[in-house]
Amino acid sequence: MSPSIPLQEMIRAIRSARTQCEERGVIQRECAAIRAQFRQSDNGSRSHNLAKLLYVHMLGYPAHFGQMECVRMIASSRYSEKRVGYLGAMMLLDEKQDASLLITNSIKNDLSHSNQYVQSLALCTLACMGSAEMCRDLAPEIDRLLRASNSYIKKKAALCAVHIVRKVQDLGELFAPAARSLLAEKNHGVLHGAVILITDGVCFVLCMFQTVPELVQIMRSLTVSGYSPEHDVAGVSDPFLQVRILRLLRILGRHCETASDAMNDLLAQVATNTDSTKTVGNAVLYETVLTVLDIKSESGLRVLAVNILGRFLLNNDRNIRYIAMTSLQKIVNTDHNAVQRHRGTIVDCLKDHDASVKRRALELSLALVSASNIRSMMKELLLFLSSCPPELRSHTASGIFTAAERYAPSQRWHIDTMLHVLTTAGGDVRDETVPNLIQLITNTSELHCYTVHKLYRALLTDISQQPLVQVACWCIGEYGDLLLRGECQETEPVQVSEDDVLDALETVLQSHMSSPATRAFALTATMKLSTRITDNVELMFKIFKTGSGIQLRKFMIFFLLFLKNVLSPSVLRAAVLERMPVIEKNSGQSNGESAGAKTEPKIMVKPGETSPPQQPVNQVCDLLDLLGGSEGPAQPNPAQSTTAAGLTMNTSSAAGGDLLDLLGGFQPTPTLSVYEKNGVNLTLQYERQSDAVLTVTLTACNSTDSDISSFSLQAAVPKVCPQRRPSPHHRSVESGRRGDLDLSQSSSASLFTAFHPCPIQVHLKMRIRISYTVQGSAFQDMVQVDSFQGL
Amino acid sequence: MMRFLLLFSRQGKLRLQKWFTPISEREKKKIIRDMTNMVLARQPRSCNFLDWKDLKIIYKRYASLYFCLAIENQENELLALEIIHRYVELLDKYFGNVCELDIIFNFEKAYFILDEFIIGGEVQETSKQIVNRSIEASDMLQEFQVGASTDTSPMSE
Repeated sequence: MSPSIPLQEMIRAIRSARTQCEERGVIQRECAAIRAQFRQSDNGSRSHNLAKLLYVHMLGYPAHFGQMECVRMIASSRYSEKRVGYLGAMMLLDEKQDASLLITNSIKNDLSHSNQYVQSLALCTLACMGSAEMCRDLAPEIDRLLRASNSYIKKKAALCAVHIVRKVQDLGELFAPAARSLLAEKNHGVLHGAVILITDGVCFVLCMFQTVPELVQIMRSLTVSGYSPEHDVAGVSDPFLQVRILRLLRILGRHCETASDAMNDLLAQVATNTDSTKTVGNAVLYETVLTVLDIKSESGLRVLAVNILGRFLLNNDRNIRYIAMTSLQKIVNTDHNAVQRHRGTIVDCLKDHDASVKRRALELSLALVSASNIRSMMKELLLFLSSCPPELRSHTASGIFTAAERYAPSQRWHIDTMLHVLTTAGGDVRDETVPNLIQLITNTSELHCYTVHKLYRALLTDISQQPLVQVACWCIGEYGDLLLRGECQETEPVQVSEDDVLDALETVLQSHMSSPATRAFALTATMKLSTRITDNVELMFKIFKTGSGIQLRKFMIFFLLFLKNVLSPSVLRAAVLERMPVIEKNSGQSNGESAGAKTEPKIMVKPGETSPPQQPVNQVCDLLDLLGGSEGPAQPNPAQSTTAAGLTMNTSSAAGGDLLDLLGGFQPTPTLSVYEKNGVNLTLQYERQSDAVLTVTLTACNSTDSDISSFSLQAAVPKVCPQRRPSPHHRSVESGRRGDLDLSQSSSASLFTAFHPCPIQVHLKMRIRISYTVQGSAFQDMVQVDSFQGL
Repeated sequence: MMRFLLLFSRQGKLRLQKWFTPISEREKKKIIRDMTNMVLARQPRSCNFLDWKDLKIIYKRYASLYFCLAIENQENELLALEIIHRYVELLDKYFGNVCELDIIFNFEKAYFILDEFIIGGEVQETSKQIVNRSIEASDMLQEFQVGASTDTSPMSE
């Protein structure tokens, strides 16, 4: 049997292991030796074997085989072994383990041991991991110790009693008289324990109001007279005890007038006299303020407390500012005016570098917004929004919207503010923002011209923020005629032509960054413009040729037919596309009229009208003739039906293919073909959008004769390159009816993912996994792309 | 009351763990991981307070060690900072200019000192001298017992 090495040598050996594997080896050897040692009878080195095991346990390795050894060592007569045994019990056993019951008897014996240090071990262990049964068993013993022992044991027994009461509420009554009498002790440790016992034994509180004068007396002696060097911390006498007494006073005074009166003077004294240059003093002041604000204090005292918090706000120490704001948050509703006085400082804290402080400042600022300060506060909040950490943006945006809605001084200001938020943090706003804003805009008819000009300009600058683009498209669709008018009293005049407007909408349709919902908005807007600014059908067709996606193509086909008055006489078209009525608030109904209020606009079809059940094939072919690219009549072949429009459209597969060809079927220029098998073609194109974003587009193409279903694509990059996957609606592939991807014949689907660029030393690599089902057989493949040239 | 106290190095290695409520081993490991990740990610001159679940986390860095204390919501954060500081002072007095290596090689002593200062998640003794004296007395008792017994296998040096 190899000799076991002393504890410190083992620690050194473990630390010098160079790999995880080596360390495991050392530890396994040691554990084996320890286990062997445990099996032997008493050999005098049991304690340091257990200590070694405890070290190994702290490193995270299993040590349950030491539990019984702990039980044995606790029962030993040697203090050194007891010490380590109890430590082991606290580390390895908890009340859920069965072995913990075995030590109850040892603890009981040790509680009445002649040596106080042995008693203290037992008390400490009981307070740390005593289960409810153990507590019930040993409570009388603890009570005895509370009454008749020296102060060293009394203070520990008091905290043991606290643990017991937390575990078994009923036993609180047992300790009540002892706790009460302990308040008369002089020893600070015992006093401290007694105060905690009274605080946490809730059932005491009802009969403990008589303790208030005593507690006040103790506090006074701590703060005013009696400098005790032993308990002094930077000029404050026993801050730990002071804070605990203040907390007990808070609980006692919370619902009781008389108790609150009795402590009024004391609190004022502590608040004024405590030195606030060091953290200790501030800790006591903080507790005092919390107590004053919680009890039924007189107004003068409250003002004093809030002023202390105001002083805290100006403190250089971040911690102090943080707790000041936490406390002010609690009283912002009850003492609103008092907190308003410190609004300036709070708003300054928005600019702090620390994330915790910023968060608190934001909460408080939002709570302080009122009708009188809305303009200045909003300026600050908008400034904050542009530079705040990403996790706070959504909260800030919604806070701003709520505040704007409640206190907006004018309509124009409201619209401006909402637009500002959409341009700064458009990606983080909630979904209902778009309909809300649209509803707001329709309600302010005098500002339609101004709004549409502003939105048009915003659209030209940036089309990546989806909510903004959606609102802009809707407005341009509704008020495009106002846009062309050129002059508007609120903004500088600018010449906008029909082509500019249609170009803008086309850009939105064509852009990768537009979600399907956004493209639908743009499409509907273009449709509306056919009655507002131009009847030029050819121009419209140009737009309808762009954009991709099966869902959108259904819309496009419908619009084309609608345009050509195929479905309806032109006068009806004008009626259908006329100006939207003012939307009422909270009209969440989905009917044709309020199409604009939803993010996914449905086609405006008056029910019962213009819904031919079947499109004859020759009509479709006529359309194709008009578009100049048909291949002659083809056999009808049922494809997908569009239930959304209430129309059933049967396009032949060949005609469907032609039509799709005609309408463009957006094909990016393939730069890298990564996968070609079973008729599935996967190509990859990448471009750098800006310094921080690299856009990679994967396009899947189906060149077989049949449909491909259950198509799924996953892409992964090495961990050094943080990947920003846009939210699902950025995917420009429409799901079929079942939520799977259906690649019908000759159609293609694009996936869009954006990455941040990798550090220069690391090459961007991508691993792509693709799975699909074609002609009844399922395939799954993995492709690795190792080089992205030109990065 | 305090819920747990963790000491870990700048590399995230655990040096001491004290739990004041019963928690499963798996849960403990998860909490340790969460704490180390949260605290080590903080900027140098940030606020020492964090919110985590329903607890407040108070952390402070002393040389190469992070002291991380979790307290319940009604506790005083500034006082928690003082508690951490008091524990460091006690360690310092005992080891004489304490450093991380002292705590590594004498971890059981660090626990004994902690157990003289805090019991069941509450401070038990507010005077530094009394705590120091108690520890010295316990150590002497141990020495005396070991010296008096026939078997002279040494305890940890």
